[in-house]
Amino acid sequence: MRKLVIAISMLALAASAAFADPVADRQAQMKERGKIVGSLSKIVKGEQPYDAASVLEQLQALQANAEKFDVDALFPAGSDKGDTTASPKIWQDMAGFKAAEDKYLADVKAAVAAAPADVDSLKTQFGAIASNCGTCHQAYRVKKG
Amino acid sequence: MPWLRKLVGALVVLGGVGAAAGWVLSAPVRLDSKAVARLGPGDAARGKRIFYAGGCTSCHAKPGSQGEARLQLVGGLELKTPFGTFIPPNISQDPTDGIGAWSVEDLANAMLKGVSPSGEHFYPAFPYTSYARMKPEDIADLYAFLKTLPAAAGKAPGNSLAFPFNIRRGIGLWKLLYLSDQPVIALSADTPDPVTAGRYLVEGPGHCGECHTPRDPAGGTRRGEWLAGAVAAEGSGVVPNITSGDGGIGDWSQADIANYLETGFTPDFDSVGGAMVDVQRNIAELRPEDRAAIAAYLKAVPPHANGYPARQNTAN
Repeated sequence: MRKLVIAISMLALAASAAFADPVADRQAQMKERGKIVGSLSKIVKGEQPYDAASVLEQLQALQANAEKFDVDALFPAGSDKGDTTASPKIWQDMAGFKAAEDKYLADVKAAVAAAPADVDSLKTQFGAIASNCGTCHQAYRVKKG
Repeated sequence: MPWLRKLVGALVVLGGVGAAAGWVLSAPVRLDSKAVARLGPGDAARGKRIFYAGGCTSCHAKPGSQGEARLQLVGGLELKTPFGTFIPPNISQDPTDGIGAWSVEDLANAMLKGVSPSGEHFYPAFPYTSYARMKPEDIADLYAFLKTLPAAAGKAPGNSLAFPFNIRRGIGLWKLLYLSDQPVIALSADTPDPVTAGRYLVEGPGHCGECHTPRDPAGGTRRGEWLAGAVAAEGSGVVPNITSGDGGIGDWSQADIANYLETGFTPDFDSVGGAMVDVQRNIAELRPEDRAAIAAYLKAVPPHANGYPARQNTAN
């Protein structure tokens, strides 16, 4: 019986190790983030009509996405290898990387709290959120061939 | 052995002639009087556009500066390349540490000819190989704008380069091969205006080709693979292919390119990254028609496959 339990737990451990793919997870979360930002950007540019309720919903989705972005789980040591464009700088400067993510989350939260009522106030909030994308990718992402 | 003495003598003479020829050929060449006459008085308001098109602040601001601090052009960024480490100098209006004492002609000689006021060659890490295609009038406008920026004290450290790259005079020979004021892409007479305007911005002040075009072993850009993307000269990674060739941006519309340059977002809402972040923020300061012109030109350049090798599979 004991042997069986050990065998099962070892199997479970091996399986979870095989399935945990932080690179794929973080890429999926970034894709989701980009999708929400993209749809908000259409409203900012006037390509989509302004609807305050739907804007707030999307900002909340952005906040949920940012809150589940667990840097420790998504960027464990050693996950700079393979099919990733994460810069080695992330692991050299983990505190700076986390601070950048925290600032982004704070800006998203501020936008949710502001609950922008028209396109001009959304523009301000959106600008503050979007500037985080480039700033973080400037330092912490490397383009690869 | 008189024949040996003759041979040695001949070699010495030949070597002397070669050295003399090299010395003459490598001499710094300044602007001719016709170009100097075109400089004119300059206009600071117009020069602001040239300043952002040229991206001066990306290399000459203190590294990591944001907002107004980006106009303090104290230098000091470290560009680590295979030739050694280049450090952009102070180009603020400080008369001793910066370029506050330069005349407009000094600036024009630096940007169009790569020659310093004291008559030395600049290293082409300062992208005068692109700026050489600029109109002297635009240099005069830029000069007027630079005059409105603050003086900031502090000398940046010098470059640290390995032999033979540490011999400045040698750049004169390099210039014979790679320095030209002629456009890279020939355009026919019936080319629409935005494409021609975009060519000027991209090939001249914007100096896009300096990073987006692969280089030969001597460090010159490979014109036959213009804008095809390249292994980054600095740091790791690659600089993307921005032609419409395989791996490039053929599936981006002209509006997509202009929007990316304005907002920093790709068509699928990935964001600008790396060294391009500063470039995009500078280009966002230009007029909408400037970004449209850049986009029109990029759509018109010959398509090339990626100018960098495919990614090594490092997955384990």
